[in-house]
Amino acid sequence: MIYVNAFLFCGIVCLIAQIILDNTTLTPGHITSLFVIIGVILDVFNIYDKILLWAGAGAILPITSFGHLLIHGSMDFASDYGFIGLATGMFNLTAAGISIAIVASFFLTLIFKPKD
Amino acid sequence: MENISKEEYQKIVKKHTPHEDRLKNGIIVFIAGGIMGVLAQILMQVYINFFNLASSDASVLVIITFIVLACILTGFGVFDKLVRIFKAALLIPITGFAHAMMSSAMEYRKEGFVTGIGSNIFKLTGTVILYGVVSAYFFGMIRYFIMGA
Repeated sequence: MIYVNAFLFCGIVCLIAQIILDNTTLTPGHITSLFVIIGVILDVFNIYDKILLWAGAGAILPITSFGHLLIHGSMDFASDYGFIGLATGMFNLTAAGISIAIVASFFLTLIFKPKD
Repeated sequence: MENISKEEYQKIVKKHTPHEDRLKNGIIVFIAGGIMGVLAQILMQVYINFFNLASSDASVLVIITFIVLACILTGFGVFDKLVRIFKAALLIPITGFAHAMMSSAMEYRKEGFVTGIGSNIFKLTGTVILYGVVSAYFFGMIRYFIMGA
């Protein structure tokens, strides 16, 4: 059943983005920024955790989960270390994704040549 | 050169901009996006069952797998062709983030390591990180002071 939920959630998020893309002049950059902020706001009210339980990896994949992980790590550290934890825990959970993206794109850039 | 009013000009522009079939786009994107979600879930089950990982570690590995795949496909130039077909279904998942980073690194490769790759690698993904961090800090602070951590 979780496969159906993953299909529905990931599909609907992509569909909303495509509807915005087709009907406005916003670029993909605008939409990914907007979706990250939506992910943050959903996590403030603990909604995103419920979506994660419901849709599994279907909710991990969209860019909204990036915002969710940012504020989630931040709040985790804030409960342990107080106010300063908001800053120190910011990249706690997203560090793996960002690091791998930077390292992989650096080394692969050295290997591949641009096509045009 | 004849004078045309603003409305007439807009009409001409509208006539010549390529018209995309929005319904067809929507159906393709919904199905392709859904399949991406299902693939991620299958991959996560594989990591949990065959490598005996906790679900939190498995979810990190799923994200890493998709990022590396997107970088490799961008390197071969396949990703841009796929984006033309599947559009937002590939740009909204984390693959779009990796693609933006990889393609800006490749584009500025010939300008050198520091002034090229170094200063331009975050050209497209910088906006996601910026607004993510700023909004997470802002809303985190509100939640910290109002609801407690």
